[in-house]
Amino acid sequence: MGVKLLLEKANVPGIRTYDVYRREGGYAAAEKALKEMSIEAIVEEVKKSGLRGRGGAGFPAGMKWSFIAKPEGVPRHLVCNADESEPGTFKDRYLMEFLPHLLLEGLLISSFALGSNDTYIYIRGEYAWVATILEEAIVEATKNGWLGKNILGTGFDCMIHVHRGAGAYICGEETALIESLEGKRGNPRIKPPFPAIQGLWMRPTVVNNVETLAAIVPIIKMGGEEYAKIGVGRSTGTKLISACGNINKPGVYEIDMTISVEDFIYSDEYCGGIAGGKKLKACIPGGSSVPILPANLLLKTAKGETRYMNYESLSDGGFATGSMMGSGGFIILDEDQCIVKNTLTLARFYRHESCGQCSPCREGTGWMEKILQKIELGKGEMSDIDLLWDIQRKIEGNTICPLGDAAAWPVAAAIRHFRDEFEWHINNRTLSQTSNFGLQHYADPIHVPA
Amino acid sequence: MSLQFNNEQMTEFKSLAARYPEGKQKSALLPVLHLAQDSFGGWLPTEAMDYVAGLLKIEPIEVYEVATFYSMYNLKPVGKFVFEVCQTGPCMISGSENIIAYIQKQLDIKPGETTKDGLFTLKLVECLGACGYAPMMQVGKIYREHLTKDKVDAIIAEYRMQVVAQN
Repeated sequence: MGVKLLLEKANVPGIRTYDVYRREGGYAAAEKALKEMSIEAIVEEVKKSGLRGRGGAGFPAGMKWSFIAKPEGVPRHLVCNADESEPGTFKDRYLMEFLPHLLLEGLLISSFALGSNDTYIYIRGEYAWVATILEEAIVEATKNGWLGKNILGTGFDCMIHVHRGAGAYICGEETALIESLEGKRGNPRIKPPFPAIQGLWMRPTVVNNVETLAAIVPIIKMGGEEYAKIGVGRSTGTKLISACGNINKPGVYEIDMTISVEDFIYSDEYCGGIAGGKKLKACIPGGSSVPILPANLLLKTAKGETRYMNYESLSDGGFATGSMMGSGGFIILDEDQCIVKNTLTLARFYRHESCGQCSPCREGTGWMEKILQKIELGKGEMSDIDLLWDIQRKIEGNTICPLGDAAAWPVAAAIRHFRDEFEWHINNRTLSQTSNFGLQHYADPIHVPA
Repeated sequence: MSLQFNNEQMTEFKSLAARYPEGKQKSALLPVLHLAQDSFGGWLPTEAMDYVAGLLKIEPIEVYEVATFYSMYNLKPVGKFVFEVCQTGPCMISGSENIIAYIQKQLDIKPGETTKDGLFTLKLVECLGACGYAPMMQVGKIYREHLTKDKVDAIIAEYRMQVVAQN
């Protein structure tokens, strides 16, 4: 059983309510931070913790906080990014649904540290019932003096507001999120200026992911140094992984980042193995935009070392033979899955979600979908594979926000590791409509426990 | 103007607008459009968008450009129950295609269409963040997860019963 810092109390009956959360030791970290600690000391603990942004980019949270500008007389804002939309990712939903007060406590401490009197939770519109849970928790927290005016007699005022999005993946990008929060289309802004200088309503703003902000609570409780002792290297603390696809036990798991990928997939404590006793074919380990890996490169790095569930190990080998921790959306594909089809659904997703501002992304995502559709329907030409490769290269790095990269990477990785499956589709136009390429090329190194 | 919030909806509107600082009321646009859609029959006719523009003191075009950008706003009438079935990767590998085909067969409609009795609309949507509980769909404000053919039948029957009970 690994260390649990966030989900430790998730199964306590009634933990969603203020009374139970408080009885279980909730809001003690907020009390400590507001009454006993200076703003500088809180930021210092977060820096010492080594906490990295849990939304996908993995940027050090303490450093992000320290960038916030503090011009005289200009309000500052903290915005919680709850626009969870990366396919494969559903961890923030779990956290908000079952532990709303943990997020509010993290938000209160963080708002205090950043000087945000009006803090916003931007939640994806489809999570309507979760928004209601958060709103109810805010009412409870306000009634008990944790939000509102002069909190705990410190003179600090803070209100948390829930803002529902309306269906747009792009709003998970922080400047698109800010635009959306201003009541506009979710078109990402050109940076600089960065949100820390000019963000929401052109005021200094920090945007952090739900899980990042919840992690502030254990960091304050145990101290940054103790938090940093959990995990390995620059992968400190715990990480929520949302596991899905063809596994026996899909769900949200908290790991301490020292567990191997193989143990995570096959142990009963986590994924419980591949569903139906099938073989593992491939995995997208960090949300749909990170490179897909065939089973052999997933379980071991190219050097033959065991791969672990942490930032460094998952990216070992770069994009040539590795992937990324990303958002922690862990998608498993079994032997019956078709890589071409899977890549097509992801290409369609990114075409649908492109905001349309940058030509390479707007046009390129559409082309990638069309070509993949053609191959999937048994009408592909061999030259289409190189064309796909060419298009993804022209998108990557040529857009103002990372959606272009997110759209390019899955296509690139699928061709990089499964080129023969694409070729098989093209050479077997009829057969590919009724059967699958299967595991013939990479079944060998795959270890299946008895 | 015929489209207007009733008293209760107006109270909700005011509470939404109050979440943003003075002079920044445009920020309430997304939540207010949700309220308008819920209040005016599940979709946003031009009249509703113009009404929202007036309430927030912004130009109608500022509302149109937002309403057309986000996938949750319906710009055409929809059925009483909208089945929004996820078709993205994780749901696809968990069998969403069979579920989509089955719903089409049971309701005798294609994606984007509404049943003749005006009860059901089928919409194919992209990832709704329920990948571990796939295949799934959203109906109104709730998620229906771990879908099977039997479950789809039960859900359709449940909504039909709801309508009978209301009449």
